Amino acid sequence: MTNQNTISRESDLSGGEYKWGFVTDVETDLAPKGLSEDIVRLISSKKGEPEWLLEWRLKAYRYWVGLNEADAEPDWAMIEYPKIDYQDIYYYAAPKGTNEAPKSLDDVDPKMLETFEKLGIPLQERAALAGVAVDAVFDSISVATTMEKQLGELGIIFCSFSEAVKNHPDLIKKYLGSVVPYTDNFFAALNAAVFSDGSFVYIPPGVRCPIELMTYFRINTEGSGQFERTLIVADKGAYVSYLEGCTAPFRKTSQLHAATVELIALDDAEIKYSTIQNWFPGTPDGEGGVYNFVTKRGRADRNSKISWTQVETGSAITWKYPSVILRGDNSVGEFFSVALVNNHQQADTGTKMIHIGKNTKSTIVSKGISAGKGNNTYRGQVQIMPGAENAVNHTQCDSLLVGDECGAHTVPYIEVRNPTARLEHEASTSKVSDDQLFYLMARGLSEEEAHHMIITGWSRDVIKELPFEFALEASQLLKVSLEGAVG
Amino acid sequence: MTLAPPSIAAVEKYSPAYESLVTASAAAPEWLKAVRQQAWATYSELGIPVKRRGNELWKYTNLQPLAAEDFRHGLTGEVSVDQLKAVGPWDDAWNTLVVVDGKFNTELSNLHGTNGLVAGSLADAISTGTGDIESQIATLAGREEYAFTALNTAFLDDGAYVAIERDTVLEEPVQVVFVTSSLSESRVNYPRLLVDAGENSSVVLIETHLNLAEESQFSTPVVEMFAHAGSSIRHYRVQMENEKSFHLGTTRIRQLDDSNFTSTSFAVGASIARNDIHTLLDAPGASCTLHGLYMTNGEQQQDQEISTTHAKPHCTSDQFYKGILSGKSHAVFSGKVVVMRDAQKSDATQKDLNLLLSRGVEIDAKPSLEIYADDVTAAHGATAGHVDRETLYYLESRGVDQEAAKAILVRGFAEEILNEFEPKSLHDFVEKVTDERIPALLAESDTLGTA
Repeated sequence: MTNQNTISRESDLSGGEYKWGFVTDVETDLAPKGLSEDIVRLISSKKGEPEWLLEWRLKAYRYWVGLNEADAEPDWAMIEYPKIDYQDIYYYAAPKGTNEAPKSLDDVDPKMLETFEKLGIPLQERAALAGVAVDAVFDSISVATTMEKQLGELGIIFCSFSEAVKNHPDLIKKYLGSVVPYTDNFFAALNAAVFSDGSFVYIPPGVRCPIELMTYFRINTEGSGQFERTLIVADKGAYVSYLEGCTAPFRKTSQLHAATVELIALDDAEIKYSTIQNWFPGTPDGEGGVYNFVTKRGRADRNSKISWTQVETGSAITWKYPSVILRGDNSVGEFFSVALVNNHQQADTGTKMIHIGKNTKSTIVSKGISAGKGNNTYRGQVQIMPGAENAVNHTQCDSLLVGDECGAHTVPYIEVRNPTARLEHEASTSKVSDDQLFYLMARGLSEEEAHHMIITGWSRDVIKELPFEFALEASQLLKVSLEGAVG
Repeated sequence: MTLAPPSIAAVEKYSPAYESLVTASAAAPEWLKAVRQQAWATYSELGIPVKRRGNELWKYTNLQPLAAEDFRHGLTGEVSVDQLKAVGPWDDAWNTLVVVDGKFNTELSNLHGTNGLVAGSLADAISTGTGDIESQIATLAGREEYAFTALNTAFLDDGAYVAIERDTVLEEPVQVVFVTSSLSESRVNYPRLLVDAGENSSVVLIETHLNLAEESQFSTPVVEMFAHAGSSIRHYRVQMENEKSFHLGTTRIRQLDDSNFTSTSFAVGASIARNDIHTLLDAPGASCTLHGLYMTNGEQQQDQEISTTHAKPHCTSDQFYKGILSGKSHAVFSGKVVVMRDAQKSDATQKDLNLLLSRGVEIDAKPSLEIYADDVTAAHGATAGHVDRETLYYLESRGVDQEAAKAILVRGFAEEILNEFEPKSLHDFVEKVTDERIPALLAESDTLGTA
């Protein structure tokens, strides 16, 4: 039968279905390539940072240099990539004229607004209608944050990281590096030394943030790395739902993205963190694409809850393990993930749930889809420490294979040091069965539509955890990302 | 994977014995000398893997106590049949081969001259070039980057050899007993077994590890099995080392068309024990079943390193292990299934269930799947938990006293695996050992029947 082309191919970029691959032509303020103490000092001074923060960056830099000399770049993940030349990367790229944060949207370069408009990110009035507050990060700089004022009335702080350093230094000093210290790992050390911008969120005690907060990350400059840092603090009894989205232009050279996210849920608080990661995945032949090395971790105090939801369809390489340290009694950690690889993409992603407090509970649902020549690995760790009485974990990780040149791997680590814990781990790997396809195709769906329907249904346990608008986008993304893999 | 740097001391400790073996066996076949030499070179590079960080294979196992101890080479003591019968499974109807301190012992062995069975000393098989020994030995184990198979292969000298001729179906089991004699010294020995199951042959093979010594002993048994087309090997492994000893065992199996390998392991002994078993499903239609029960108490550690490679289409594999942990003991289950690119229509399952009886135990489970083919059904699962109050109460409310109820629950957990031991004398033996063991496990249990 003929294959109906039911999926819109809006992109006119050479050979790619990646429709976010355009480049914005803005003048960029670039620091020289390469990494040194001088670059760290330059980044810090560009941002007008206080002395203590510069010191912290320098300590991180020196620690990273030590790791780099000892060749300690992590190599345990099931990913392969040419050695990264850390001296061949721009560590600071900012659109010209943004040294001062824009006072209002009118001050923002129209080209930038156009970029985010093209990406479907509501920065203007639409933002208010959509009911989300957005912080837009372009290369190293936060270009606009919407609805800051309205949120301010509730005492909620939602601003770029640089502004937070200026306006709320006490909070930053207290929490920065408290969950992911710069000594945590190679990429966290690198990030701590050169992080450019990112978002800061603080929800005061007992406040339920009424709208979704969103940060949109965009890499534009060729050869630049992006190193953003996000810090979210939900004070006692507070609630916040935070969304993160990312894209990058179509480039045949690879770009490095090494971000750090720290979440702090104090007693009785709840943080819901959703990600749609759609960095440029490289060409179908495996050229270019973003190397995504990310450290994300949350600290859950008494009775609090941290929930990570991620849809990972982009990046040439994904290395990412959003984790929760369940240190307070009765705290809850959740991880819901859909990771899709196609063409030459490689993903090694999963989570860590560290149970320290009593009656702590964690749930892990991971869905991996492998297509083309892609390799997808679930790597997770569930650790029950001796004091974690009656801890409960349930893990489910399923893999789906589309095509016979891809790989799907599952590497769970289960470490139990308290006998009262209950752990269950289940996993399965299979392909979309011919019977299922036949059933749908017999009812008039094309093969591609049938695949999409099955995959969306199979991922539903995760997609349904996303806020409504994100869920629609996620489903579309799965569809577009699978193009060319079926039929 | 980056391997740990060698522990030089650990290499030096073994080198005089290696040198004297080289001198003493000048008359050995050239191919054997080459195999030993290569293995020694590998071991010299690896040493005893004491570095755990970044070493996936030894992440959860601390081998410092092993590296710190000194073991003597080449001492062989006296063992009687009565001693063997007292501490291990035995049946006069079985063909039994006995290897004492790494050396084959003809007097203790009980061989009936069964048709189609070639069984005897590995040293003899090597010197006479029996069967395909030259092209088989040390091809599945001993040439890879693995310290303990390398060490064993460097000292490859004697052990047992079992070949079943094609179309032979053996009625009675064949048992190979590896026993450490009761000499008072701490010794290292290198037991080795080669099994060659001819086309369409069938054998029940019992591999038993016993230890009559009181001192700490170090044993590195290596077993290689070749299952030719249509053959069937029913394998049982019983490990009863003394609780001061180190037992680092390796089993490697290569299976051809439609062959079947089924193994059940029963591991209760040693201070640090590892059962490292790998099956290579190397032709269509091969199937393997790897099951086992481990029980740990005191400060014991039991590792199960279980892996299967599906290299060809239409193969099935099944891994299923159960653990009972008490005292301050530690167990590791590291299961791995690799399905290679061409191995379509593979079916793989993997499961590890653990019963935790006391505070202070630790279980580390890593059931992993690595899949490169799409038409595959693979599933795995792992659980850990304890017996809660309600379960115990259920039995107590039916008039069973608490101690008996606890024993019933622990025994019930083990039963599923115990029932897989089919030869009657063997079944009676593992049941007896389990029943004797349960009170000791319960004595160190403090969480059974709590919240």
